[in-house]
Amino acid sequence: MTGATSPRQARILLAKPGLDGHDRGLKVIAFALRDAGAEVIYLGLRQPAAAIVAAAVAEDVDLIGISVLSGAHLPLARQILAERAGRGAAQIPVVVGGTIPAGDVGPLLDMGVDAVYPVGSPLPEVVAGLLRLAVREGAA
Amino acid sequence: MTVHPLPGHGGSGCREGSPVTTDSGIPVAVVYTGQDLPGGEPALAARLGRPGEPPFTRGPYPTMYRGQLWTMRQFAGFGAPEHTNQRFRFLLARGQTALSVAFDLPTQLGYDSGSPLAIAEVGRVGVAIDTAADMAEVFAGIPLDQVSVNFTINATAPIILATYLVAAERSGVPFRALTGTLQNDILKEFLARKAYLYPPGPSLRLVTDVVEFSSKELPRFNPISVTGYHAREAGCDAVQELALTMASAIAYCEAFLARGLDFDQFAPRLSFHFATTLDLFEEVAKLRAARRMWHRVATERFGARSPASARLRFFSGNSGTTLTAQQPLNNVIRSTLQCLGAVLGGAQSIHVMGYDEAYEIPSEEAVTLSLRTQQIIALESGVARTADPLAGSYYVERLTDELESRATAVMDEIEELGGAAAAIEAGIPQRWIAESAYRAERDLASGARPKVGVNVYADEEPTPAAASVSEVDPLAGARQAERTARRMAERDKREHTNALIRLADDTRAGRNVMPALIGAARADATVGEMADVFRDAFGEFTEPAPW
Repeated sequence: MTGATSPRQARILLAKPGLDGHDRGLKVIAFALRDAGAEVIYLGLRQPAAAIVAAAVAEDVDLIGISVLSGAHLPLARQILAERAGRGAAQIPVVVGGTIPAGDVGPLLDMGVDAVYPVGSPLPEVVAGLLRLAVREGAA
Repeated sequence: MTVHPLPGHGGSGCREGSPVTTDSGIPVAVVYTGQDLPGGEPALAARLGRPGEPPFTRGPYPTMYRGQLWTMRQFAGFGAPEHTNQRFRFLLARGQTALSVAFDLPTQLGYDSGSPLAIAEVGRVGVAIDTAADMAEVFAGIPLDQVSVNFTINATAPIILATYLVAAERSGVPFRALTGTLQNDILKEFLARKAYLYPPGPSLRLVTDVVEFSSKELPRFNPISVTGYHAREAGCDAVQELALTMASAIAYCEAFLARGLDFDQFAPRLSFHFATTLDLFEEVAKLRAARRMWHRVATERFGARSPASARLRFFSGNSGTTLTAQQPLNNVIRSTLQCLGAVLGGAQSIHVMGYDEAYEIPSEEAVTLSLRTQQIIALESGVARTADPLAGSYYVERLTDELESRATAVMDEIEELGGAAAAIEAGIPQRWIAESAYRAERDLASGARPKVGVNVYADEEPTPAAASVSEVDPLAGARQAERTARRMAERDKREHTNALIRLADDTRAGRNVMPALIGAARADATVGEMADVFRDAFGEFTEPAPW
């Protein structure tokens, strides 16, 4: 059904993979998503890819959002996509934010990431984008 | 032709209809006069003192920059040790006067480059250090008795200090000749920077071990830098930055006193680290207020006998969060203003951000420009000619008083929570920080705070992507891991085992770990092996949920 919205609240899992501790941005996104009516599962820092995907499946989320500011976004996103495939959870979109150089946006999308929000992305645009992806997938 | 009207109240930086305030929310009048200084000129003179004299509001030294310019200390480090050595030589060749090392995340968190947890992160946000040999390579050809070195390292600070001491020893420089600063401020890792490793209690013990060792063996070295910078970068305002820094300093001093150290022995070597952001006068006032507040804490609370114990010295880092990925050259102007604020605030050393720092490891061009920014302010602008040139400005003095009194109120609040360590363990200041970061982001989105090139005067088309991004060599991690594996195979097995056994014994027995760490670093033990000894003894810390 085109244009239909999911009757339930969007459930969004947010996590920081790798060792990077810069969580200002991810916490801002968490607050903004809650204010926009989403349910946020905040996993926090230093989460292994397997733990992120396992939690996403167990919590039946509509979207996984990760934030990386250490420059390790390519290998970390690859690990998460591999875990997602391994658990047969390909329907859960994965979104990457953080210090992503312009030249890495294409490679992230090519490997299967659903959206990329580099540093400088306006907050309302990020929130609307995440909710659109979550609701579309949730309603499908 | 479109004409763009100025947003908000003229040049106030605030939206039409909302009150005009500083970035920290302090109301600002259209004009200030002598009426704004309580007690008039004589009372002001008592609050200020002269530069180099209590309460040090006007600066720690009588002649300030006429006597000695601030230290130009660009933070650098990436890739393998040889890459960082190259960048250090590049900076020294261009007139930088000291060094500041950035470590990669595995080093900060006690994993060797070969660890599966390290693979994606080796050499990315700083240099990878696995053994004392790596540290020696970082400083190859650099005379360590002549260059002061700053280490941004916390959870693994004692381990990294040990590798540095062994590297210095191997180059023939005695411990006593070393100058520099170890960040070694674990409380702000739990608070804001998040590179914590062990639980707070044992972490504080390690901080104290370093300070105790240093007060005996490293007379010219600052063994801790109490840091408000990261809380500020994570989102808090200038008032909270001041309060959290002072409250942390109090918590450390209490831990050092509990160890039996003498306040007047360690306090003169405490150093501080503040952010300098874009609200120029508020930032200058904050730095002046910080000196006055520390003087009060040191004398009234800790009974400092020596003036040097109450004299706050600080490093200023420009704020990365004020920089934008959009129209990146605008960041040159932002960094210049922040550097100027640090100088007018009386900083002892300064780092200026690269204009490309919002999206990459600064290029050589960007770090050179950062250094040149400092040199131009120092040598061409004339602002360094006289000490504390803004003293007596009605506005700056009023703001200095206001920041001090507001920050003192927040310190009292922290005190009621049981002090900095207890408040941080309960996650309370972390919530303040996250909430004010969210508020700032909403103000940016709504246009309540103008940001040039972002929410005003933004380009129709986004800035074209930077042509060259300073990428870390993708194979650097594997090469570094291989090199460490080779060194591990070559070392004297018995010496190595005995050194780690001694470290484990001293750790469990509550003895100062520094001598055993130095022994382990001499035996080529890796950072990961030493960190594992502490992991076994202390366990690891996990952060509680943010709500």
